[in-house]
Amino acid sequence: MEPLSWTGSIAFLNPLLMIALGLMILSIVVWILTSIFLPETPMTVNPDGTLTSGSGLRNTVQMALRYSFLASVAISVAYIVLGIILGTGAGIIGAISQQFLPVWVSLIILYAMSIAFKRRLGLYGKLFDSPIGMIGFGLVMFWVFTGIFGALDLIVTHDPLVQVSGMKNKVPGTPLPNVEDGEYAWYLLGGDNLARDVFSRMVKGAWIVVQIAPLATLFAFMVGITLGLPAGYYGGRLDTFLSFLANLILAFPVILLFYLLVTPEIVATGVPNYMAAVLFVFPILFIGVLLNSRYYTRPKFRTPLLIGVLGVAIWLYLSLISTGGYIINTDAYRIWGLPTYLDLFDIPGGILVVFVSVVFVNSPTVFRIVRGLALDIKTRDYVAAAQTRGEGPWYIMLWEILPNARGPLIVDFCLRIGYTTILLGTLGFFGLGLPPESPDWGSTINEGRKLLSIYLHPALPPALALLSLVLGLNLLADGLREESLKD
Amino acid sequence: MGLFILRRFGVMLLTALCLTFVVFFLTNLYPNLEKLAKTQGNQRMSDEQVEAWLDNRGYLQPTLIKYGQWLGVTPGFTKTLADGQFVGTCVRPGGTPEDTRNYCGVLQGDWGYSTVFKDEVGSIVGKRLGNTGYLMFWVLVLMVPTALIVGVLAGMREGSALDRSLSTFSIITTATPEYVSGVIFIAIFTSSTVGLKWFKGTATSAMDNPTFENFFLPVLTIALYGMGYIARMTRASMTEVMTAQYIRTARLKGVSFSNIVMKHALRNALIAPFTVIMLQFPWLLNGVVIVETLFNYKGFGWALVQAAGNNDIQLLLAISVVSVFVVLITQLISDIGYVYLNPRIRIS
Repeated sequence: MEPLSWTGSIAFLNPLLMIALGLMILSIVVWILTSIFLPETPMTVNPDGTLTSGSGLRNTVQMALRYSFLASVAISVAYIVLGIILGTGAGIIGAISQQFLPVWVSLIILYAMSIAFKRRLGLYGKLFDSPIGMIGFGLVMFWVFTGIFGALDLIVTHDPLVQVSGMKNKVPGTPLPNVEDGEYAWYLLGGDNLARDVFSRMVKGAWIVVQIAPLATLFAFMVGITLGLPAGYYGGRLDTFLSFLANLILAFPVILLFYLLVTPEIVATGVPNYMAAVLFVFPILFIGVLLNSRYYTRPKFRTPLLIGVLGVAIWLYLSLISTGGYIINTDAYRIWGLPTYLDLFDIPGGILVVFVSVVFVNSPTVFRIVRGLALDIKTRDYVAAAQTRGEGPWYIMLWEILPNARGPLIVDFCLRIGYTTILLGTLGFFGLGLPPESPDWGSTINEGRKLLSIYLHPALPPALALLSLVLGLNLLADGLREESLKD
Repeated sequence: MGLFILRRFGVMLLTALCLTFVVFFLTNLYPNLEKLAKTQGNQRMSDEQVEAWLDNRGYLQPTLIKYGQWLGVTPGFTKTLADGQFVGTCVRPGGTPEDTRNYCGVLQGDWGYSTVFKDEVGSIVGKRLGNTGYLMFWVLVLMVPTALIVGVLAGMREGSALDRSLSTFSIITTATPEYVSGVIFIAIFTSSTVGLKWFKGTATSAMDNPTFENFFLPVLTIALYGMGYIARMTRASMTEVMTAQYIRTARLKGVSFSNIVMKHALRNALIAPFTVIMLQFPWLLNGVVIVETLFNYKGFGWALVQAAGNNDIQLLLAISVVSVFVVLITQLISDIGYVYLNPRIRIS
């Protein structure tokens, strides 16, 4: 087998892309300069009330920028399309775009459906009016689909944990020495210092992030909302106490907290299990209070609903916190949990402690945001109206204040998923929590950085992957903020 | 105002007490002590030997008593072992009962003895803080002016080309954590594969002899991550000020645009970023830990990693006290500074 070059037979696109990118950069620079030094183009009002803007230098520059941008995008798409058709014939880029085929298909379907029905989809549909939001959403969904399909073994070329002899630190596109039938013949992005496939590890790493980050953020929001609403609404002693606790956690440098909480020794003491048992109660409380405050006037409907929902929630809660029949299982003592035949899933101690500490670090900030919003919104007229109607405090908090605080909360949710991704990477970077052979991005960066001055390829793909995911989430949040401010 | 500061100091002390107790509790859990015993004594100690080792050195007393000893409100633990060795919480290696004080805690100005570095904690923390202080100084010198300039330029004409380009730049920097940007910088500027050997990949030599070549990359890496956030806040505050009534009045009077920005808008626009810069310190602390590990610069963050990795209880406590005070004092400064900068706010 021949080693793959980067672009293979579609190398003729390279100079075109270079020219398009060069033109784009040039026109951006000129665009900025003209916006500073030239006056705005005058607008003339026509007799029929329409506006005509002159075709000054500014418009020319803007046209140049638009066309060079479109050209760059078109050439990039050409790389991907030709790559999908030609596969390894189009070098590493072609092979990678062919491997990502399920992701492209799902992205196209998702975008086509969303744009077709965007007027009926509320805030989500409005996202497709803002180019920034669309780019951000595209980046995020790219990694989400990559994570899901990677977990289904669709994209990966090799087992991310298997070492192939002779592939240690090999450059991207190196063929495997002895290819067996049905085995992918190249390491597309090279091998790391333990001779594992960098590409497959990056794809598998996406799944770890996609699993943990949104869920941990969601839990942090449940905790923050359940505590922040009463703190803001009631105020007084409760507020002082809860705010003190939140500030206490926020005064900890995050890394010190991680070093104290996420060690094998702490896992052995069962501290994360206690914390999980406490933190994971909040979603149940939240759901219970949410439904009860809404439907308590209709007991015939409320009681079966609560029994059903809380039953499932508590079952999930118990299976989440109990492992192998125990909630806490240390050498000194153990606490019985759900028996194994009822236990739906087990979470390995390493993942649980990572999850718990990320929730723990994020919830005080959410608490502060929710408290601030509640303080602001509780002075509004509709809250006073609800109070006059005689609604209970929890109804007002959860069904009057919370829906009206959703805009900033949704935006913060997106930003916070990005921040959680960064935190997960930090944990991996310091080798905390997840097992050392785990393919998550932080650990891979940590391993790759040791030989960074000689071999770039093991550390750069996960670093760029993390960067693009977090960037996507930031852009998505920006787009959402812009669109939610419009109405 | 005096009462306000006094109360804040009270809360600060309470916070520090709570936090150090949490750190103390977590580092004194038995598996952590076992690890300490094995690294200090002998890796192959049996369970009984570990327990005896810990018991002889006073590690198995109740947590509150040990915490009191660290604070200096209960007398230190001492014991003479069967082989004549004199050990205890206040005893330095080779110490005798005569030259050991009865109370040795934070209140007495004694921060303890680091089991990893085999040295006084006070002097270690001082030395490492010096290194980190130097790093932080240059980070602030690079970060604050750049962020403010970027923010003001972006915010003075909302929606302009300059605004969009600079906003994109600041979003990208906030999305790039230090361990990503650091790795990318090392890859581009120091590796032999790319060939641009402009800088050095480690900052170890920068501790004795900082030069642009070995010190710029760590500074840039920390500064970039914090810069985006401050720039975005400055931009938001600047756009808000630029739509204010008095700016419109100035425009209608015929004041030139540069005068409006420099003389009318800038001062009011910089109030909010001031608080943001102060509240960035806790995040900078995180960045310091990552960058010092990445570039092997032996400062405060590096000491934190060493202490935490080896369960060096007293060093870890001193480090958490220092970092907690950094966080709380910057919060206090931001509150007080906000009142001085913004006369509309009064503390009652």
